[in-house]
Amino acid sequence: MLSVRNLKRLSIGPIDLDVAGGEIIALTGPSGAGKSLLLRAIADLDPNEGDLSLLGNDRDAMDAPDWRKQVMYVPAHTGWWADTVEPHFAGLERARVKDTLHRLNLESTALGWQIANLSTGERQRLALARALAHAPKILLLDEPTSGLDSDNAARAEKLITDIAQDGAGIVFVTHDAAQAERLGTRRLYFYGGGLHEVAP
Amino acid sequence: MTGVYVQLGYIDLAIASVLLLLAGGLSVALNLGLEKSLGIAALRTTVQLTLIGLVLKILFELVSPWWTGLAALTMILLAGREVTARQNLRLRGGWSYSIATTALITAGGIVTILALTTAIRPEPWYDPRFALPLLGMMLGNTLTGISVGMERLSATLKREKDAIEARLVLGHTRRDAVRPYVREAMRAGLMPIINAMSAAGLISLPGMMTGQILAGVDPTEAVKYQILIMFLLAGTTSIGALMAVLATSWRLGDERDRLRLDRLRAR
Repeated sequence: MLSVRNLKRLSIGPIDLDVAGGEIIALTGPSGAGKSLLLRAIADLDPNEGDLSLLGNDRDAMDAPDWRKQVMYVPAHTGWWADTVEPHFAGLERARVKDTLHRLNLESTALGWQIANLSTGERQRLALARALAHAPKILLLDEPTSGLDSDNAARAEKLITDIAQDGAGIVFVTHDAAQAERLGTRRLYFYGGGLHEVAP
Repeated sequence: MTGVYVQLGYIDLAIASVLLLLAGGLSVALNLGLEKSLGIAALRTTVQLTLIGLVLKILFELVSPWWTGLAALTMILLAGREVTARQNLRLRGGWSYSIATTALITAGGIVTILALTTAIRPEPWYDPRFALPLLGMMLGNTLTGISVGMERLSATLKREKDAIEARLVLGHTRRDAVRPYVREAMRAGLMPIINAMSAAGLISLPGMMTGQILAGVDPTEAVKYQILIMFLLAGTTSIGALMAVLATSWRLGDERDRLRLDRLRAR
């Protein structure tokens, strides 16, 4: 579904990567190796070069916002542009938003919450919900469960698996080897600016 | 003219300088360490103003469009440098200076020429006695608006990077994502002139009007000039700040709707 060829940016690459629908790729590697930068480059958030396509459509032929709606990056620590939760879900189908919130153990009253009062875990789950509610084809998740307790981490993992089963392709960065093994249908190790396959 | 213009002698200036000595004395007594800076600043103001007085005297006698134009260009380039010097975060590659100078030339130039050819109408229209002081006032105010607007935008985009990128990753355009901060920067740039217009006459008597009154002009005439100037300043500051803020915002993004903070460098 997602094809990455010859992707290069400062200190990274050239990288080749294919992500199929339903696939969950666990990306591990030492801190500072550039895993987040790789995800950002795929989402076209930083200057980079390479031939990328989604379902045969070239990234260069698409407007960047269109590309990012379908190849969605969720940073480990995201920002909020309004004081309450609701405006961050504006324009999205209500039922889908509620369902996503529910699956992440968040009540639908969460939409009225003040951002300033949210815990790290709540922010993390809401950021995930905000991205999932857009139904992207590819999800690039940067440490999606790092701020969560074990119960909520398990819920998030379940949701990630469900979404892959619905046909989305997922690449997620983790420092937890057990999680990589548990969740990943394929494991990659990022080191020295390049990707290395981890044997199953 | 209704009053009498009182000419100042060097003795009068010497008397006024006693106040400066008083300020220096206070600095020494209170251990503020400002006496040297005060002395240098006083010396600079004396030398700079004396020199500009001589230059203006020559220019006023020449009434040449070329020399007036050259003086105007020098003023604009210096104003551009002043804007850049006030930025704590600058665009790399001389872009801050280019943007500021272009905005100053366009806004200051258009409004000054418009005022000279429609409202004030000296003969000839480029008469430096009118053109240069007018341009100077435009530049002084516009450079404040431009530098405040540019600085506020750069600082805010840097501070709100996560919030802006949170919108970009969801497929919002960069324009939508930065719009609130562009608006905030514009407001910051225009606030000083709005405050100046609101306070004029009540809290402060604007400098130009005060100068005219001291020079013997009828206060009601001086007021008319001042209102004209205030409107011109509001116009030129709005145009200049809008241009500079939009250009800075454009430079801090690219054609792929990215936020390009790598194009900023701290002073």
